[in-house]
Amino acid sequence: MIGASLRELSAALAAKKVSAVELATLFLDRIERLNPTLNAFITVDRDKTLAMARDADARRAAGEAGALLGVPLAHKDIFCAQGWKTTCGSRMLESFIAPYDATVVEKFKRAGTVTLGKCNMDEFAMGSSNETSYFGAVKNPWDLERVPGGSSGGSAAAIAARLAPAATGTDTGGSIRQPAALCGFTGLKPTYGVVSRWGMIAFASSLDQGGPMAASAEDCALLLNAMAGFDPRDSTSLERPAEDYTRELAKPLAGLRIGLPREFFGAGMSDGVRAAVEAALAEYRKLGATTVEVGLPNSGLSVPAYYVIAPAEASSNLSRFDGVRYGHRAAEYADLNDMYCKSRAEGFGAEVKRRILVGTYMLSHGYYDAYYLQAQKVRRLIAADFAKAFEDCDVIMGPASPSTAFRLGEKAADPVQMYLSDIYTIAVNLAGLPGMSIPCGFDANHLPVGLQLIGGWFDEARMLSVAHQYQLATDWHRRRPAATA
Amino acid sequence: MSLSPDDVRRIARLARIEVSDAEVERTRLQLNDILGFVEQLQSIDTKGIEPMSHAVDVVQRLREDRVTESDRHADFQAIAPETEDSLYLVPKVIE
Repeated sequence: MIGASLRELSAALAAKKVSAVELATLFLDRIERLNPTLNAFITVDRDKTLAMARDADARRAAGEAGALLGVPLAHKDIFCAQGWKTTCGSRMLESFIAPYDATVVEKFKRAGTVTLGKCNMDEFAMGSSNETSYFGAVKNPWDLERVPGGSSGGSAAAIAARLAPAATGTDTGGSIRQPAALCGFTGLKPTYGVVSRWGMIAFASSLDQGGPMAASAEDCALLLNAMAGFDPRDSTSLERPAEDYTRELAKPLAGLRIGLPREFFGAGMSDGVRAAVEAALAEYRKLGATTVEVGLPNSGLSVPAYYVIAPAEASSNLSRFDGVRYGHRAAEYADLNDMYCKSRAEGFGAEVKRRILVGTYMLSHGYYDAYYLQAQKVRRLIAADFAKAFEDCDVIMGPASPSTAFRLGEKAADPVQMYLSDIYTIAVNLAGLPGMSIPCGFDANHLPVGLQLIGGWFDEARMLSVAHQYQLATDWHRRRPAATA
Repeated sequence: MSLSPDDVRRIARLARIEVSDAEVERTRLQLNDILGFVEQLQSIDTKGIEPMSHAVDVVQRLREDRVTESDRHADFQAIAPETEDSLYLVPKVIE
């Protein structure tokens, strides 16, 4: 059961071969054994989890039969879950018990999933290594000396070590795809507006998007069916008819045109990543797809544009943490202003403070046009490049990350170096496109490599099928790290 | 352009984040690194390009003006640092 896919778990639950309580217990025991090593979870609450599992079993006994009923999963600690501590990886929210459910959490509850716990993450989702978490770094199950990626690093380590068969994540600049690549499983960031942001603690609102993380594309399609949908409580949620994201999984690859951006295959990618990505493309050609070179001439500007837009929006979003209504309040202060300044200085970690300060400066009088407005114009150029590229192809492919998992501490001292580890993923967020990372091999250090797939706007179903067909022909997504067997 | 120590103090004041004198220099260097990195955007010709504020062009939806939430102030205030009689307490502002 530990290594089973969601479809297999779902079938076993339906056939009453296993109960939701048995399944939850199996994973809870595994978390108890392995989490002290990995630090993938910030909060585990056996009683709450088992209560949800009992409820799922009761619903099934009463005749209910949803695909995810009784399936256990973990939530990134950015999603508010009523009655659960929801920290966002920050001291600021160290003792925050969410008084309501995020839409995503509510939808999964309705589907009958069982919450295994809340996963560690970079503080306020700001990081690419999970090292900015107030609750400590997460270890990569493939090599405990290395990072799992970030910001959804706890979700990633949990899936790779099978502490959970699936997890939720969020992706503002690559935070689902990069950890999926570094930990060797499948992660999907939907088109902006497909998954509700309500109750998902905001970082950069015009870029944030929740999405599924699991072993395979088929599992991600099942999860996305539960997660996606219009939500009137999120002002940027898109009013579109509901979709079945599994509907195209069986579609063969013959005739598929894969666009390869020349900008993604230049210098900067490690040899191990390049070799695995090239081999995956050869496999796709073997399976009947054709490849065509495309250009994304402005994609090189995506990291600088992102590091204007994201901090600017973050500085505005995080102004809500004032030590008045919730969150950390300093013990001693001289007056109201001093209380704000001290509470925020104590509650936020170094990277979060850095981004708030950068964003505050960029939005301040006299600098707004030069930074924020200019970055938004460049953002349009980047999005237009993709629209043009999709005239010649159905899906774009390339590396998800320039390197495999790096060592803990290796990039922690140099913010700009850390920012560059998202060089292939950020343009997708700026354009609002759906993107995935799927495992496609290992480098010489036996660390997983991720292949990035980028679909056209709202093309999740097609992209999932393109990933699934590859996973039918390969077994990279079924490999497990030995250290956490 | 490069930030001075006074710029850092001004930005920190605007952001309501206390930065100690010992932290100012390190913060200044890091912010200048980041600003130096994004500087390359300035040389891009964006004349006539409409700024893109959201990934998908949508108009602001308006909801019907009716009550949709129940009164849960006790739940919401249970997580506040300090309350009294349903009010949030802050240090005295007016003498």
